Amino acid sequence: MSQTNRLPNGGRIDRSKVLNFSFNGQTYQGFEGDTLAAALLANGVDIIGRSFKYSRPRGIFAAGCEEPNAVLQIGATEATQIPNVRATQQALYAGLVATSTNGWPSVNTDMMGILGKVGGKLMPPGFYYKTFMYPQSFWMTYEKYIRKAAGLGRSPTENDPDTYDNMNQHCDVLVVGAGPAGLAAALAAARSGARVIIADEQEEFGGSLLDSRESLDGKPAAEWVATVVAELKGLANVTLLPRATVNGYHDHNFLTIHERLTDHLGDRAPIGQVRQRLHRVRAKRVVLATGTHERPLVYGNNDVPGNMLAGAVSTYVRRYGVAPGKKLVLSTNNDYAYRVALDWLDAGLQVVAVADARHNPRGALVEEARAKGIRILTGSAVIEARGSKRVSGARVAAIEVKSHKVTSPGEWLDCDLVASSGGYSPIVHLASHLGGKPVWREDILGFVPGEAPQKRVCVGGVNGVYALADSLADGFEGGVRAASEAGFQPVEAVMPKALSRVEEPTLALFQVPHEKSTTRAPKQFVDLQNDVTAAGIELATREGFESVEHVKRYTALGFGTDQGKLGNVNGLAIAARSLNVSIPEMGTTMFRPNYTPVTFGAVAGRHCGHIFEPVRFTALHAWHVKNGAEFEDVGQWKRPWYFPKAGEDIHAAVRRECKAVRDSVGLLDASTLGKIDIQGPDAREFLNRIYTNAWTKLDVGKARYGLMCKEDGMVFDDGVTACVADNHFIMTTTTGGAARVLQWLEIYQQTEWPDLKVYFTSVTDHYATLTLSGPNSRKLLGEVTDIDLDREAFPFMTWKEGLVGGVPARVFRISFTGELSYEVNIQADYAMGVLEKIAEAGKKYNLTPYGTETMHVLRAEKGFIIVGQDTDGSMTPDDLNMGWCVGRTKPFSWIGQRGMNREDCVREDRKQLVGLKPVDPNKWLPEGAQLVLDAKQSIPMTMVGHVTSSYAANSLGYSFAMGVVKGGLKRMGERVFSPQADGSVIEAEIVSSVFFDPKGERQNVE
Amino acid sequence: MLHIFCPHCGELRSEEEFHASGQAHIPRPLDPAACTDAEWGDYMFFRDNPRGLHHELWIHAAGCRQYFNATRDTMTYEILETYLIGTKPQFVNQVPAIRKGDQA
Repeated sequence: MSQTNRLPNGGRIDRSKVLNFSFNGQTYQGFEGDTLAAALLANGVDIIGRSFKYSRPRGIFAAGCEEPNAVLQIGATEATQIPNVRATQQALYAGLVATSTNGWPSVNTDMMGILGKVGGKLMPPGFYYKTFMYPQSFWMTYEKYIRKAAGLGRSPTENDPDTYDNMNQHCDVLVVGAGPAGLAAALAAARSGARVIIADEQEEFGGSLLDSRESLDGKPAAEWVATVVAELKGLANVTLLPRATVNGYHDHNFLTIHERLTDHLGDRAPIGQVRQRLHRVRAKRVVLATGTHERPLVYGNNDVPGNMLAGAVSTYVRRYGVAPGKKLVLSTNNDYAYRVALDWLDAGLQVVAVADARHNPRGALVEEARAKGIRILTGSAVIEARGSKRVSGARVAAIEVKSHKVTSPGEWLDCDLVASSGGYSPIVHLASHLGGKPVWREDILGFVPGEAPQKRVCVGGVNGVYALADSLADGFEGGVRAASEAGFQPVEAVMPKALSRVEEPTLALFQVPHEKSTTRAPKQFVDLQNDVTAAGIELATREGFESVEHVKRYTALGFGTDQGKLGNVNGLAIAARSLNVSIPEMGTTMFRPNYTPVTFGAVAGRHCGHIFEPVRFTALHAWHVKNGAEFEDVGQWKRPWYFPKAGEDIHAAVRRECKAVRDSVGLLDASTLGKIDIQGPDAREFLNRIYTNAWTKLDVGKARYGLMCKEDGMVFDDGVTACVADNHFIMTTTTGGAARVLQWLEIYQQTEWPDLKVYFTSVTDHYATLTLSGPNSRKLLGEVTDIDLDREAFPFMTWKEGLVGGVPARVFRISFTGELSYEVNIQADYAMGVLEKIAEAGKKYNLTPYGTETMHVLRAEKGFIIVGQDTDGSMTPDDLNMGWCVGRTKPFSWIGQRGMNREDCVREDRKQLVGLKPVDPNKWLPEGAQLVLDAKQSIPMTMVGHVTSSYAANSLGYSFAMGVVKGGLKRMGERVFSPQADGSVIEAEIVSSVFFDPKGERQNVE
Repeated sequence: MLHIFCPHCGELRSEEEFHASGQAHIPRPLDPAACTDAEWGDYMFFRDNPRGLHHELWIHAAGCRQYFNATRDTMTYEILETYLIGTKPQFVNQVPAIRKGDQA
């Protein structure tokens, strides 16, 4: 017989819809409307997992997100695995597959559990810190096994097949929580016409009213819920989000909501549907109606399956028609928990006894229980439970709360279920995400949200308002306030009538005393998820951890996915008693987003796979692909790296490409270089201030190389800028620096020199740039252009306008290879046609496309720097031996001038850029390798510099490098040594950084 | 995520459209050559780290690309005002009481 614990009737479930599911390989049945936890309890599954540290058997403890034990792995296939799902929050669906995350060989017979029994005393808090500290390098090894033994969930090893979404939302009022207070608040705000979003983490709206004994206007409370939900659904200005947890309260009323759209339907989202959605909501006003969590009492063996939170018992009985046991003992310190005994009795089950820590409780619910003949033991509490895999009894004894003593030997009661209630904790998590310190209220024995600058209202349980009638009124008033503060006119309304009854105050009892000291008594758990005991907290305080934050970190109280939902206040109370201070003096820890775990899928939304990050392609990309290019990523750009022919590796390809450029002509796609159009009457003056060199005399039609420094005098970008007209320049920047340089120009123009009339436009993507380089480039270009390319008519460092391939172009005669070169700039959408014409004409010149690798080699042979490779933000132009590019007599103190004249920047022994020629021409100096002057010095050696660029394959025929060496410019001809990791040493000669054509005669080719 | 009023666009927009560019009101010395190394170092590197009101330079990078200043409370992250470059802040040097409800 399945579902042994299913009650014959009752519950918000559909008994006609039977759903099969599996847990730890065994098949069970439940009903539509069940949570996984309810279905497991209905089937009498006691052990749901093993505990984190001691590996003790654990069962379902709660009915909501505060569940500490039933944290399961869900997923029918490898690709659909989800870790850390609380069974209490997972709706049951047909075919659901769940497994425990720990327990070996199974949760019922667990090896670690045996160790845990023996080892319990050997594993106090700080055990891992104390035991696995040494040797430090072993921690990684230990950690792997500790994690496995601890039984945390695992992530899937295959790609998630489902689709996730992010959605930006704006609203006037966001209501968090759809219990009585939240629904009342939403109603008030919605009726005023405000745009309202109401979100609740549960499967349906109603909160505590879904399993309440209360009536509203004489009808069951759930009927009022249905009426309100129907009204809200009918309003166009209201968005209802069930199965949606508001997980983070961020700055300026920005909240994130994790909505699970199809998690209740199946292992995978139905085709075409989004599985989960992260709402990013900016709300004018927020109403927090997050309610409370019941606190358990802390007594001996309170973790054995069959110990439950009192309210959870009522939820399972009334909402799911499930009895998580037969014989109930209730231990309480408050009136409200008595409803649990009444619900249990109504279900036809046996209430063995109620232990009330108060001496003379006379509240209305107490009297009702008494009238129904329930045995009530006053001034008493459950001291300890009995049982290993399931509760078989509970000892109830008289206690003295003030002196923390047991005053009678007590009595063992036969039972299989111990429900405990230690009062209620307002759920202040969201209210304190931004730092508002919760405030202790002695009258309700709980922390409520403190003052905070956020535009929010707290209503109902979270506000310490517990009675149903008061909560409804508080919620409605909060909704009215939020709506009117958001600029709407609220309308009057009458809230339904709830029964008001006499309720007596809760007694401040957290840890139940035991005859034995806390360390010797049966384990009294405070935080079930992290296996933190009362003894552990006492030990932490004895060892000197007095601040609540330290106690938390030493014991792991409230860590991880739990975020202190059940154990926080009990733990504080125990620490406070141990340190002999009050709870408010002890204070509380703070809470961080997220309130409950969020899947990475929901966080990422659509930003995964090929749209994780934008990719930029040049207008000529298809041509590169067709010609077999290998690509490299430069920022977001895909740039051809090299163009291998059949059988070639990168070295062979680069050698061939280098040779083709030096011998005939090569073609490079330089479109990715940043291009900034600069216009305005003060453009020239602006360039004078931003570049290190002078721009006053650059005529129209000419171009010039420039260096840019930061105020500290260190080089940060370079490029060629051409004068188009007296008030119009085109600046080029490095590929990676384009955006940075534009912002650099803008900040100076807008904040320092707003009087200069100058305007900047990024035109990087508007133009494609084709570089023809090599001795035959003039002949080749001449075949496709009407521009006069004659040596005298079109000299070096000038530019001309004309047609190339029939398309208007700007051609710059500049060179990054040392060869005769032309950079052809064409409107990007015409570039492919021009390229095809050039390629066709280039056949007879063996026109060879080359990529970034060959470009790097050829420029290095000429000693040209690449900013970011040969510089690292600590090099002045003089360090780079580029003092020729510094206009020392310019009238305005340009950016970098003052900085590079600081005492430290003019030292002669600074690291300076030089050429490095390995003595063995076949040895290659690794880039980044450190350099020393004395290879025989013992470690630590005196390092004098490092290699910045190094190339084995090139057109020179020997390996060469560039690097920085202290005082290197005065060390020409000297030797440096580079000790390698394998023990070898590479010896190199310091030489000029210009390896090829030092006189620049290659430009003069006919 | 902060909600920032761009004084150029005249709209409240989300932080992801903006970049913070450090402390505001750090003028470049008019005669850098007259600065000692220490003074130049102060200008380049030394910034305040106040608990309370902080005047900051922001750019509406994914919007109008204009710079502006903001007065932000570093404890609450409240932005009390945004104002144009070259103008003075209204809120200076006093920590306002933390309060519920409206902000300026």
